[in-house]
Amino acid sequence: MRYLPHTEADIRRLLGAVGAPSLDALFSSIPEPLRLSRPLELPPAADERALLGELSALAEKNLRVPPERVFLGAGAYPHHVPVAVDQLLLRSEFYTAYTPYQPELAQGTLQAIFEFQTFVCLLTGLPVANASMYDGATACAEAALLALRLRRGRKKIVVSRALHPAWRATMRTYLAATGSEIVEVPYDGRTGRTDGAALAAAADARTALVLVGSPNYFGVVEDVREAAAAARQAGALLAVGVAEALSLGLLAPPGELGADLAVGEFGSFGGAVSFGGPGVGFFAAREEHLRQIPGRLCGETVDAEGRRAYVLTLATREQHIRRASATSNICTNHALGALAATIHLGLLGKSGLRSLALLNYRRARYARQRIGRARFSGPVFNEFVIEADAAVAARARAAGFVAGLPLGRDYPELSGALLTCVTELHEKTAIDALAKVL
Amino acid sequence: MKPFPDTSPGASGLALREGLLFGRGSPGRRGTDLPAAGVPEAEPAAELPAELLRAEIDGLPELSEPEVVRHFVRLSQWNYAIDSGPYPLGSCTMKYNPKSAEAAARLPGFAAAHPLLPEEDCQGALALGFALERALCEITGLAAATLQPAAGAHGELCGMLMVRAYHVARGNPRKKVLVPDSAHGTNPATATLAGYQAVEIASGPDGVVTPAAIAGALDEDVAALMLTNPNTLGIFERNVREIATLLHEKGALLYNDGANLNALAGVARPGDMGVDVMHINLHKTFGTPHGGGGPGSGPVAVALPLVPFLPVPTIRRAGDGFALDFDRPQSIGRLRTFWGNFGMWVRAYALLREWGPDGLRRAAQLAVLNANYLRQLLSPAYHLPYSAPTLHEVVFSDKLQKAHGVSALDVAKRLIDHGFHPPTIYFPLVVSGALMLEPTETESPETVEALAAALLAIAAEAAEDPAALHAAPTRTLVRRVDEVRAARKPVLRWHPKPR
Repeated sequence: MRYLPHTEADIRRLLGAVGAPSLDALFSSIPEPLRLSRPLELPPAADERALLGELSALAEKNLRVPPERVFLGAGAYPHHVPVAVDQLLLRSEFYTAYTPYQPELAQGTLQAIFEFQTFVCLLTGLPVANASMYDGATACAEAALLALRLRRGRKKIVVSRALHPAWRATMRTYLAATGSEIVEVPYDGRTGRTDGAALAAAADARTALVLVGSPNYFGVVEDVREAAAAARQAGALLAVGVAEALSLGLLAPPGELGADLAVGEFGSFGGAVSFGGPGVGFFAAREEHLRQIPGRLCGETVDAEGRRAYVLTLATREQHIRRASATSNICTNHALGALAATIHLGLLGKSGLRSLALLNYRRARYARQRIGRARFSGPVFNEFVIEADAAVAARARAAGFVAGLPLGRDYPELSGALLTCVTELHEKTAIDALAKVL
Repeated sequence: MKPFPDTSPGASGLALREGLLFGRGSPGRRGTDLPAAGVPEAEPAAELPAELLRAEIDGLPELSEPEVVRHFVRLSQWNYAIDSGPYPLGSCTMKYNPKSAEAAARLPGFAAAHPLLPEEDCQGALALGFALERALCEITGLAAATLQPAAGAHGELCGMLMVRAYHVARGNPRKKVLVPDSAHGTNPATATLAGYQAVEIASGPDGVVTPAAIAGALDEDVAALMLTNPNTLGIFERNVREIATLLHEKGALLYNDGANLNALAGVARPGDMGVDVMHINLHKTFGTPHGGGGPGSGPVAVALPLVPFLPVPTIRRAGDGFALDFDRPQSIGRLRTFWGNFGMWVRAYALLREWGPDGLRRAAQLAVLNANYLRQLLSPAYHLPYSAPTLHEVVFSDKLQKAHGVSALDVAKRLIDHGFHPPTIYFPLVVSGALMLEPTETESPETVEALAAALLAIAAEAAEDPAALHAAPTRTLVRRVDEVRAARKPVLRWHPKPR
């Protein structure tokens, strides 16, 4: 086994040094009845070539529809990952490093985290951001937990029903033991936007957090200012959930529209969709919430000789110091995804970010007009809902397209609708062909 | 003794200066080429009010691809990594990350597979998930598994919410969770998040939890015990079965923190010890990379009584293939946006397939052999607070060095000068000045010997020249950093210059 350096002679030598008669004897502290007396029933070892053959065959089964003909988003947005991003991610010094608890040996990771935090701040318009969360759903759940801590005594979370259904469901799971109440606010059946009046009515003196997605699950750009006013009126915090962070290259940042928190998914930068994981969650907040933020934070300081240096900081919030009273139980986060996003954003830069966002917007706008059948009238970024029942979706699939995600499971009233996503991966010819089939 | 023995890999090198990405470059320069839209160039301002739009973002870099690549290569060169040298961090299981696994995760059919593909179009991904679940069940001796949790702590939350759901289904969620004093901080933090009061249990004099301590704390309000086995001292909790019986008699459950599964895989199974639920860190035992802090993957395996509470969706057999099952009325619900850190499933599965059952068992054996060898080599110079047999990791203390005013931190920082990553220090909390070492199975005997030689040289230096240790590290890009300043006046981002 090529990962195991020990020859039989090595093993004999080391056993002699430690005074053990056999490898089995090293486990004598495990009572005999608790030890396994048979080999595990696992497939026999495969050599490297056999392994890659086996896994390639499995992977092929996921390519029945080529990605450029799959019009799916709904929280996982397929984008071109520049080759430079992946080659840099493959630098061993990044991907085989541990969490940078020893700053003298980890300045590379630490500076990259500091840059990630800065990108999140610049894109969201909020002053502080953490070093990443697992994904958008768990970031939303952490936002709710933070609001319950900051608005002690308030137990109500008001959330738009147009927020990603899995994000709402994850929040319910996380809050199961908190005794809080999650109130869902309907969306406007015409525009696809959150019903502003209903939101204002639901947000009251018992409300800790108001949470809306923008662009929301239907791809529709919300008027965050309306939600901000409702939250402010109620004395609650406002969080904006962003599933497609590329939209922040075009749309006004949540922090400038009155959000106290911006949370969501940054995986559109530098991340492959990879069957839904790992992505990279982000969490941005206002300065006054700094000491309540979950997860790791990287800060700038100096070393013993006065040189600029970076270090994980404010750790007294975290589980390894504060244990039962920590702000979150998170330890391992999605650092490598954060690095991928940082590299991709570095490559895009000022003009590239805006151009890529515009490209997505324009392709999606074209597709929406070309396909017709729009279910909602609200303005969208790069995905939209169309009227298309199972028969239509099946027709598209028969023609070699995945036309979108059927919405009936999460929204019974939209059982005849598809959520369709268009990014820079989808050329005009593919859009035209899909429109023709539909 | 020379301060740096010839076996120490540390030598001088050339590290290049590199500033932050921001505010750099030249207007209009960029590191990506984009295709023409090929469609009408609609302007967002035509349908969105100006207040909901933004212009280009001040401060974003304006750099070409070569400049950006050079930036990140320079940063990478400031890091230590498992591919540069051993990483003996106790309880972190920093083993070699197979390159074949990286290639496997990048296969287009895996990397580009959308999670919401129709089930018939993603059978390869579902089949791999199902096979990995079955393998983890066989390795842990438990009935079913979920691959959803993103990391160990997420797995703990998943497991403890299942414990809660189990008790709720029996009419009472209960109030307390027992956590030994040697546990990771995530255990009490998770207990709190799951709505329980964490009650600390003192380890016995030989480093393990005693049935008497559990019996003394156990009542009808206890929902579960969270036990790490082997524990963070690298010692097997030999009373585990008796403790499980005590818990079960009171209707409580046994949660096993699987952070240290690397000592047991193929040798013994938690499910055979009375464990009801556990998480497994794929980024420890199954060699997926730590990525500078993540992503990991923290599958949870459970005994039969907890199966109804698994998070949705589960992967089930459907005819000749597989399907996602959302229809599970007793489930704790959703844990995240999609189905798990699939990229990590692929890597872990790849290593499992390369190991086979014999390689897996051999890995555990060699991990334990290496830890015992390291213990043997270091025992003359470092204080060993617990003499119980060592499994995959060994914990020393700085007691002998303290006599010269040298702390565990000094030892750790000096080890950096020798070219090694330090061990875990000041954990577990039950050992004052702990130095916790886990070499893992992928280090050769020669490497273990070189690491030991460095630590022995440091012990000698502690007696002869303690000031040199206080000043360490001296050969790194930066010296010890001012953590107090970082926390007192936090600077957590770069700011654009005001116009």
